[in-house]
Amino acid sequence: MRDSTFKSAFNDRTAKTFMGVLFGATLLVTVLNQLFPADSALHVSAYTVTLLGKYLCYALLALALDLVWGYCGILSLGHGAFFALGGYAMGMYLMRQIGDRGVYGNPELPDFMVFLNWSELPWYWHGFDQFWFAALMILLVPGLLAFVFGWLAFRSRVTGVYLSIITQALTYALMLAFFRNELGFGGNNGLTDFKDLLGFSLQSDTTRVGLLMATAVALAGAFVLCRWITGSKLGRVVLAVRDAESRARFVGYRTEHYKLWIFTLSAILAGIAGALYVPQVGIINPGEFSPLNSIELVVWVAVGGRATLYGAVIGAILVNYGKTVFTGIMPEAWLFALGGLFVAVTVFLPHGLVGLVSEKWDNIKSRFASGDKSPGSENAVEGDPS
Amino acid sequence: MSALDNLRETFRRDQVFDFMRQGTRPVLPGQLDSGTSKNILYLEDITVSFDGFKALNDLTMYIKTGELRCIIGPNGAGKSTMMDVITGKTRPDSGTCFFGQTLDLTRMSETDIATAGIGRKFQKPTVFPEHTAFENLELAMHGAKGPWHSLFTQLSGEQKNWIEETLYTVGLLEDRNKVAGLLSHGQKQWLEIGMVLMQKPQLLLVDEPIAGMTRQEVERTGELLQSLAGKHSVVVVEHDMEFIRSIASTVTVLHQGSVLAEGTMEQVQNDPKVIEVYLGE
Repeated sequence: MRDSTFKSAFNDRTAKTFMGVLFGATLLVTVLNQLFPADSALHVSAYTVTLLGKYLCYALLALALDLVWGYCGILSLGHGAFFALGGYAMGMYLMRQIGDRGVYGNPELPDFMVFLNWSELPWYWHGFDQFWFAALMILLVPGLLAFVFGWLAFRSRVTGVYLSIITQALTYALMLAFFRNELGFGGNNGLTDFKDLLGFSLQSDTTRVGLLMATAVALAGAFVLCRWITGSKLGRVVLAVRDAESRARFVGYRTEHYKLWIFTLSAILAGIAGALYVPQVGIINPGEFSPLNSIELVVWVAVGGRATLYGAVIGAILVNYGKTVFTGIMPEAWLFALGGLFVAVTVFLPHGLVGLVSEKWDNIKSRFASGDKSPGSENAVEGDPS
Repeated sequence: MSALDNLRETFRRDQVFDFMRQGTRPVLPGQLDSGTSKNILYLEDITVSFDGFKALNDLTMYIKTGELRCIIGPNGAGKSTMMDVITGKTRPDSGTCFFGQTLDLTRMSETDIATAGIGRKFQKPTVFPEHTAFENLELAMHGAKGPWHSLFTQLSGEQKNWIEETLYTVGLLEDRNKVAGLLSHGQKQWLEIGMVLMQKPQLLLVDEPIAGMTRQEVERTGELLQSLAGKHSVVVVEHDMEFIRSIASTVTVLHQGSVLAEGTMEQVQNDPKVIEVYLGE
């Protein structure tokens, strides 16, 4: 049986392939950016490095959603909220790092507070000048919100569409709140004009490359963690909850505890993604809470393929690459393309691109091997009961 | 002075603490205390109504420890509702439902009831469709069921053997790695019975176990249920008279939410009330 320990999850072939591709691509981009001069044909611009870093943040967010949606069957339409909260926690740290280099030169207060004639730092901004504190908040704030929200929702057995709607309402409510200047997070301008992170200038290429690498490491770590969880008995119980929740209850599982556990973990991963995203794009504003973002996120996972983990990562990268290209050509049509994509995937590709590829691969394999059961390829859905 | 006596009387050690009385044993909360009584399940005056319709109407019934009890009744007699009440899925409007001497099932959650030792096979076979037969049994296995424990647990050799024994008992050893959703209807029924067995229940509630089974499968199911009685208490709800006749010692007939008759199959069949509402056409 596939009883995975953390070590075996680290060593299994899917995880190894995943890390190989991820780190390979990251290193390649790093080398091309750092070692080749800007006029060389092989040079990769800092813009591309940051773009790739952004995609990897989205991939981490998609991975987090796949854990709750693909494995646990909770369709959260508010995961963007956890992403944004992680982002705001990082943004607050970056704001405090600006110090007296802001427009108004106030060593204590961020510019927008000076502009609003605030005389002192609100209590919840204290501590954010320390990186360790900010890092803790990046994990705690989304985690705690998910815990409280999930505790209330799952205990009352809110499921399915109703749960999706209240998660959507959650992110919408947070968006409205963060738009207000009085809340003290910079209102609709959000937090921006960051200077440096841990003493490294955010404008330098090396920092950008470093951030890309940090994101790749975070994504790989999260992937291994998720592989471990989904391969353990916990993962099997979670699938059981998704497929037949009442049966799971009748064999003695407190299904609400399982859902809460997974939901909270997923929110923390989303928060980490947000925190890595903000220094790379240089801004965080209430737009990140927009319900549309959370819905887009669902499309990435659906396109890639649910309950495979790497499907979500592939989906996030492909759709966002498509978005980058598409919005360059005809920006106003992107939403229609996205909607069309979602409909097409739902109708024609219920298992996403990964499902399509592994199906085709299985066909080819069985044609050539004529019944011979050779071990699955990296593309095949290996070890995942889907 | 008498006030002081009253106070003392109130706090008498042997009465404040139940277990200090002669002849009783301490029982941990949540655990079955079958006591010295011969009954394991006590349903008394249970009424359940849905929008004014009384699915159960003052139902009173006792299940003895180790017995195999069959419950029959026309559609809508309240058989499944009774199972729902016992397993905590439905809360009765009135009445009491005790498992052993101390466990009030009307106040416990489905999970607590399952943990206390009541296993249920549903009318429509409900297994985990995307897990293999082996994994289905593993998930149902008696033991710690918390998320943290599940994350770190590894199957011991002993547990594997136990799962394999159960697979053998329910005739699924060869299909152990087959995804449960692909099993035939009869196999799913058996798998679900196997899952209930893995819970090590004191009381098994089996709802229509032979629907969709071939003749041989029916026979084997009958043998299985009979072999379980004695060690466990088994309550079977069935429509198939032939089947019940072949396995049952005691039959309870439900009609319009209450007990119409109880006794051996023969007694029940000859009961004029039963003939009127159910058997006689």
